[in-house]
This record gives sequence, C-alpha cells and structure tokens, in this order.
Amino acid sequence: MYKYDQYDDAMVRARVEDFRDQTRRRLEGKMTDDQFKPLRLKNGLYLQLHAYMLRIAIPYGTLNSTQLRKLAHIARTYDRGYGHFTTRQNIQFHWIKLEDAPDILGELADVEMHCIQTSGESIRNISADHYAGAAADEIMDPRPWAETLRQMTTFMPEFSYLPRKFKICVIAAEEDRAAMRWHDFGLRIVKNEAGEIGFEVYPGGGMGRTPFIAYKSSDFVPQHQIFSYLQAVLRVWNRHARRDNIHKQRMKILVHELGEEEFTRQVEEEFRHILTLGTDFPQAEYDRIAAYFTPPPFETGLPEEIDRSDPDFAVWIDQQIAPHKAPGYAIVNVSLKPIGGIGGDITAEQMEVVADLAERYSFDELRVAHTQNLVLPHVRKADLYAVWQQLRDAGLADANLDLVTDIIACPGLDYCSLANARSLPVAARIAERFADPAVQHDLGELKIKISGCINACGHHHAGHIGILGVDRKGTENYQLLLGGSGAEDVSQAKITGPGFDEAGVVDAVERAVNHYRTIREPGERFIDTYRRVGMEGFKEAIYG
Amino acid sequence: MKILTGNDLKTGRVIWWDGQGWSLHVEDAADVHDDGEAILAREEAACRVNGPMFIEGERTAEGVRPAHIKDRIRALGPTVRADLTLKPADPNAGNWVI
Ligand code: HEM
Ligand code: SF4
Repeated sequence: MYKYDQYDDAMVRARVEDFRDQTRRRLEGKMTDDQFKPLRLKNGLYLQLHAYMLRIAIPYGTLNSTQLRKLAHIARTYDRGYGHFTTRQNIQFHWIKLEDAPDILGELADVEMHCIQTSGESIRNISADHYAGAAADEIMDPRPWAETLRQMTTFMPEFSYLPRKFKICVIAAEEDRAAMRWHDFGLRIVKNEAGEIGFEVYPGGGMGRTPFIAYKSSDFVPQHQIFSYLQAVLRVWNRHARRDNIHKQRMKILVHELGEEEFTRQVEEEFRHILTLGTDFPQAEYDRIAAYFTPPPFETGLPEEIDRSDPDFAVWIDQQIAPHKAPGYAIVNVSLKPIGGIGGDITAEQMEVVADLAERYSFDELRVAHTQNLVLPHVRKADLYAVWQQLRDAGLADANLDLVTDIIACPGLDYCSLANARSLPVAARIAERFADPAVQHDLGELKIKISGCINACGHHHAGHIGILGVDRKGTENYQLLLGGSGAEDVSQAKITGPGFDEAGVVDAVERAVNHYRTIREPGERFIDTYRRVGMEGFKEAIYG
Repeated sequence: MKILTGNDLKTGRVIWWDGQGWSLHVEDAADVHDDGEAILAREEAACRVNGPMFIEGERTAEGVRPAHIKDRIRALGPTVRADLTLKPADPNAGNWVI
C-alpha cells in the first residue's frame, strides 16, 4: 500500500491548517457563505439535509486497519456512530459539525487520508477493481497505475479547473468489477502479443442525467505513455467544453457531439504532440510507487480444502468467496447489505471488527467495493471459518453477493439535499420481499440499483433492474428501468413506462422477477433473459 | 404560512425561526409574514444560520407541516433511522413525512 513521503504529509497538513483558518474566519463572520462554500467543498464538506456531510477519499478503495479504525473513531467521536460507503469507493459521514471539521481533517492526516478532490470540477478519487492485487484473473495489480495517476493529477494546476468533474477507473482483468465503462476515463490494463503492458482506453462514459457508455479509443497505449494520453484527452475536452451550460460540460457530451471518430482523431493528434514534450512519468518514479504494492508474503504449501461441515458457513462460502491468485488463499466479500437494513452503512463497532480481521487474517488490507460492500483481499482458506464466525457475530455475514438483495442505493431523500425521492426504504422493502435465501439463490445474479434523483449516484442506468426517484407534483415517484449492466457486458437500462409509488415499485420489481422466472431458459440470468426477449414481454408483465 | 428555515452554521442542524430565535422543532416555527427578508439578513449577518430559505407550510392539528416532503424529512430526520430522528421513541414517526 502507498505510504506518504514527507512531501505528501506536509502538503496534506498544510491544507488542514488552511482549512482550520478558513473555518475560524467563517465562524467569526469574517467570510460569507458564498466565499466559504467553495473552500469547504474543496475539502469534501457538503451541506446536506440534516447536517454537514464529509466525503473522505479512499484511493482505489484500499484501506488498512489503522485507517478503518480511525474512521470508526471519527464515526463515534464526531458523527452518530456510523458511516456510509459510496459507489465511488469513498466513505461519507452525514452528521458532521462545521466546528469539528478541521479536527477531523487533522485526524485523517494522521493516517494518510484526506478529502481533497472529493467534489468540484477536478479529477476525483480514482477507482479500481476492488479485487486488485488479489484476483486470480488480473494481468497485474492495477493500483500502482491508479496511484501514479493520482499523484500526477492531484493539485496539478492544469487539472484543477476542468470544465466539470472527471472520474477515472483502472482495472486489469477481462471481468469488469468496477463499472469501468461508466467513467469519464476508463482504463483496462492489457498485455500485447510481445508481452508488453499497456492500456485499452475508454473515454466518454458517465451516468447522471445524460448517460453514456465509454467507447474504446485505443487498443493499446504503452503503459509509460498513459499520462500523455490522459493529457491529450483533457486538452481536447478543455478546448471544446461547453463551460456555458452545466448540463453539457461533462466530457461524455463532447464525445457524443463530436462523434467518437473525430474525438479520437483529435486526441491522437494531441497525443503525438504531447509525446514530443517528454512529460510522461519517469520510470524511476513509477518504480518507486510500484514498490509500495509489492504483493504480501504469501505462504506456500497451504491447504486448498475448506471444511464445509457447518451448513451456514458452506452457504456463505459459496456466495462470498472469490478466487485468489495465490494458492491456499481466498478473497472474502463482506456484505454490508443486511435484509431490511441500509446498504453501505456500517457502525463504528463493525468497522473495528473488520479492521481486526484485516489485521489478523488479510495482511492488514481491506477494500471498499463500488457495490458498497467490503473486501478482505488475502485470507488463507484455512482461516475462513474463523473469519466467518467473527463476521457473523458482528452481523456482517449475509450471503448475498450479487444477488437480488445486494442492492446499490444512494442516500436519497433521507439524507441528500438534491434528492427527489427516498432510495433507502425502497431498497429495504425489495430486500424484505426477496428475503428467503432459497428464492435469492434460485434467482441468481440480479443487480438492482437505485438513485434518488437523476444524478444517478446509485447507478440506476447500470442496474439489471434500475430504479430512479422522481418528483411527481411534490410526491415521491419511481421509474423502473430494465437491462443495464456495469460489468464487462455493459449496457444502459431502459425505462419500462409510467412510474410508481413506493409500494407500487416494489410490486413492479416482483412482477418483473416473476416473469423472468417463468420464461427463463436453463442457466440464464435475469439480464440474459431480458436481452433475449426484449422489453415488451416484461412490460406486459409489469403493467398487465 | 411562510416559514424561515436553514441549518445552524456551527453544527449544521436543521433550524426553524420561532419568532424570537431558532428552534430545532418545526412545531415552533412562526409565520414570518412580510418580515422574513429582514430577519434572514440579520441572522445571516450574525452567522447563526447557513443556507436560510423560505418555505411554505400549514398549521394542522398535529402542528406545523411543511408543504414539501423534503422539508418534512429535514424536520424529522432520516426515515430509515427512527433512532436518529427527533422522535426516537416513536417508530411510526416516519409516516408523518409521507
Ligand atoms: C449526498 C450527497 C451527494 C451529492 C450532493 C451528490 C451529487 C452528485 C451530482 C450533482 C452528480 C451528477 C454529476 C454530473 O452529472 O455531472 C452526482 C453523480 C454521481 N455521484 Fe453523487 N452525490 C452525493 C452522494 C453520492 C453518493 C452517496 C454516491 C455513492 C453511493 C455518489 C456517487 C455518484 C456517482 C457514481 C455519480 C455518477 C457519476 C457520473 O455521472 O458519471 N454520490 N452526484
Ligand atoms: S442520486 Fe441524487 S439523491 Fe442520490 S445521492 Fe446522488 S444527488 Fe443525492
């Protein structure tokens, strides 16, 4: 894991002291809200419905136990005992006091964390596959590149006044576990025929009110030229961006308006030029960063067998474990989706349990998944039973990864000032409706994603079933969408028809699911059946 | 009625103008009639409120009811966490917002 050097540390601490001073001046009335707001937003502090909300960056979703314990401490000391993990692998605290915010930033700096570039027109927290460094199917650990890009793009003047927010995602496997093609700039690390490492590049994706799936602009950019390529993309965007209209500023709109071919042509022209400037990352710098991601000292000769004699444990194993690259190890997914509970929420006590497990059983490493779950990336198979028992005692052993109850939902109208409708109760009611484990397993992979407004923080465009909260004459209303995916089989969900109230949308989901059960062919997931038969039959089943 | 509300500058808590000062309870909200702008300007200048705004509401048998669901959720707290609302002992308090 990356460790701050003296420059990183000094920079983050100086920033905390700046903010302490700014906050003091605001509280003393020496600054108006108009003057202060951009400053607090630059430090991740939003004003939401019930209090200030602090968004803390978790670069590429990687945490160690010290950091998670610090988050638990913050939850307990400054918030109301819990935090909320987001679809961008960050954590949000929803009950922060302005007067405490500088102290919290100071505490975060103690564990090499901050809230910089968690809002505004900047390059946001760079996301990555949450199995990075552990996955059996990855070409390499994508995090050294995510970290390199993070360092190159943090505080970089050229990138600090972008037309709009810019989201980067790096993966290194065929399977896309990070919704890579829903980002402004998606990267897949690949190997060419000569065995060299490079990137497939996918610009122009994004959710929000005008969703676009990123297209492939290059099959292979040699790895050490990726920063030049990124600069080329940003320059083309900067040159043409519609800074006059906030709804048209995201790069996806430009890509759409210029057309993929023309956008690529202009990027390549810039790219050729930038390569001549020699601004790419020096190999020595990359090597310095990559050294922090040296794989942990995996033991060899470990047993592969898992004792499945406890039936509850066996169910959990079958759902929550993914293949690890090192023999005798497994990747453990920790569900934050208790039936009827609030997805992505975690209490301070639960954070401490997971931190202890990471320290004891997973080389001190943890990951946050964009699906609002946690991951213990490197657990010996022989330790799985012990890990499961402790998770179970902490209420963290639901066995529902990628099933109908593993629902992504944004905070919605329960917390968010931009919301039209609540997301969290809808998610809870759907999970309760399908709570029976036999039903969940029979349905198989089914990804439901819920956003409380058009901003799409809950990824409804990418849900096998998506739900979007809208305002209908002052009451909550929900549109139902079908057919989206955030995975390697990426697609954009389509609206079924007229919206529903809260109870109505839960019933509508059930009718869609029942229709799938009736007509599915052997081995078909919900999304496969939908793709085979199309919208019409589902529409009839839903609206009757 | 015309209600003046915002968030406490220091704590971020949702607050309601009660005629003399700020209250955490929407039941205390006063009708600011035509005096709103003056109160708002004074309170904002005194750094007691963040994001002050006027909203519509009405007096009902159960007290003051903001017209928009968003303000009713602001008044109560998150409907998914009864324990964190202003009425933690009432598990059905969330029904009021709908
Ligand atoms: C509660 C405070 C939040 C606010 C004020 C907020 C605001 C926004 C806005 C305005 C957009 C649209 C941006 C655009 O299209 O240019 C957006 C998009 C997004 N937000 Fe949030 N958000 C919040 C919370 C969250 C949470 C909790 C998550 C994760 C669960 C999240 C993840 C995202 C994602 C994934 C997108 C879509 C990105 C895209 O358009 O490509 N946000 N958010
Ligand atoms: S989708 Fe809308 S309601 Fe949900 S968190 Fe984002 S901005 Fe808020």
